[in-house]
Amino acid sequence: MTIEVASVAVSQPSRLWLAFSKNPLFWLGALLLAIIVAVAVLAPLIAPHDPLEQNIVARLEPPSAEFLFGTDNYGRDVLSRLIYGARISLMVGFVAILIAMTIGCTIGIVAGYVGGVLDQLVMGVLDVMLSFPALLLGLMIAAMLGASLQNLIIAIAITEIAPFARVARAPTIALKQQDFVIAGRALGFGPVRIMGVHILPNLISDVVVMSSLWMASAIRTEASLSFIGLGVPPPTPTWGSMIREGFDNILDAWWLAVFPSLAILLTVLALNLLGDALRDAIDPKLRGE
Amino acid sequence: MTSFPRPALDLRNLRTEFRIRDRWYPAVRNVSVSLMPNETLAVVGESGSGKSVTALSILRLLPHAGARIQGGEVLFEGQDLVTLSEREMSSIRGNSIAMIFQEPMTSLNPTMTVGDQIAEAILIHRGGSRMQAKAEALRLLEEVKIPSPKSRLDEYPHQFSGGMRQRVMIAMALACHPRVLLADEPTTALDVTIQAQVLSQLEELKQAYGMSMLFITHNLGVVAQIADRVAVMYAGEIVELATVDALFAKPMHPYTAALLRAMPRADRGTENLEPIPGSVPALSAVPAGCSYAPRCPFKERTCLDLHPELVSSGDPGHLVRCPVRPVGGVH
Repeated sequence: MTIEVASVAVSQPSRLWLAFSKNPLFWLGALLLAIIVAVAVLAPLIAPHDPLEQNIVARLEPPSAEFLFGTDNYGRDVLSRLIYGARISLMVGFVAILIAMTIGCTIGIVAGYVGGVLDQLVMGVLDVMLSFPALLLGLMIAAMLGASLQNLIIAIAITEIAPFARVARAPTIALKQQDFVIAGRALGFGPVRIMGVHILPNLISDVVVMSSLWMASAIRTEASLSFIGLGVPPPTPTWGSMIREGFDNILDAWWLAVFPSLAILLTVLALNLLGDALRDAIDPKLRGE
Repeated sequence: MTSFPRPALDLRNLRTEFRIRDRWYPAVRNVSVSLMPNETLAVVGESGSGKSVTALSILRLLPHAGARIQGGEVLFEGQDLVTLSEREMSSIRGNSIAMIFQEPMTSLNPTMTVGDQIAEAILIHRGGSRMQAKAEALRLLEEVKIPSPKSRLDEYPHQFSGGMRQRVMIAMALACHPRVLLADEPTTALDVTIQAQVLSQLEELKQAYGMSMLFITHNLGVVAQIADRVAVMYAGEIVELATVDALFAKPMHPYTAALLRAMPRADRGTENLEPIPGSVPALSAVPAGCSYAPRCPFKERTCLDLHPELVSSGDPGHLVRCPVRPVGGVH
């Protein structure tokens, strides 16, 4: 005979959904990002011109009906280059963060779970990495590896490993003392299984939320590295290199630098709004304010 | 001697120490006790008496930093578990010796379905396909009497109540047919009606699976209900070891007697309850003589300097660590 009634609790995802669906900033961020992603994906369909096609006759044309955002020093359409540049920026941000998240989480979880000397050693190295500004570290690595899209992604990924490791390590230390981890060990689960199956899924939401904030920082780093000439080599359009080129003519052709800057601003803003909303939704201390 | 069956689990002079400010202090002091096949041995004592540490030491689940097994043997099927490698230990944990814990609310992984968690233990130790493991998990949920087990299999722990979760924990522990079950206060966090159900279920399953059970509790009522023999622990050592009948009828150690007097009973009013003055000594401040002497109403001068041994009380199978022992028990 059983007289128990199972407790009915609202599940984790739907509670999260409730928390940020009421947040207008979340919707603004989501809308902005959706537009930017759509633009990047549909670039060949919506770009009015070929982003690489030069036109000496139409050099440095101000914004007009033909060239909505004007043309650059080689007569290329700024709007089309901006649209194609979105692909590079988003891809660099996404791939670099994915790499950084994978490596950083692994390091953080192993260091936190094993503890002791290994933990102190790893966190010491990461603290040194964290003490450099991301741009400086990226600059060093990009200069060492040389300028290419792949190296740019590697450089940015390395700069973002340390923060991911830290975010993964702290909950690991708390989780490894949880009853279900000890119960798992009592059932004979090995350390790899405990870390992968029992600890990782319990901290992944924190990490994913943070990754949207760091993706914004990765996109900024990409733009900065491209601006100083260590990004993707020309003629591939990227927002950072467009600003760099526009910088030379900033006084007589303002549109060259202003539009790519606005694009970066909007993308970073969208990601930050999303990240903040997600963090608020997950953090119980900030909930209900 | 040959007529005695071999114990399922044999602790010999087990000593576990904790590090406090760079010094090691024993939390379990030279505990020797045998768990016989199909026997339920209850370990009772106040918080901090070392009963949980004893169970965790058997499976070597204590944190690596700050705890160590300093001496003694844990004999299981002819092997000393203390000397096994971590890998060999993993194949024993959950497979030959399983453990259930006090807090059912936090002992299950919140991100995995209950069925997957039970199946995981089966897959590791028994191998086979996921399908087979899931089918076995379903059978186990039926065995621990979870209603509508088929739909429950794919639910998450937060959809279960405390009593149900403890049954799931029991199902997980039983998954690989262990020889020995360590139960660390498995009913403490449950309310009384559920507690009785879980207890009688554990008893049934113990019979069905032919297990031996080490049952840790601070509740003497639970002891009376489930145990064959009782070990009373105080400050990290066994102070009295007896069959459950002998212990309740004729407690020999003043601490056991005090525990019994501090236990609420339905047939007596609460005004008869006598709390034990003082508290269990801190790990770093265990007295040199009898650990219980500072709280003992029968203490003599020698109790303060001379550490008593666990010796026969005169009755067969009844051991006690007290040289004073007023004649006729300490009622």
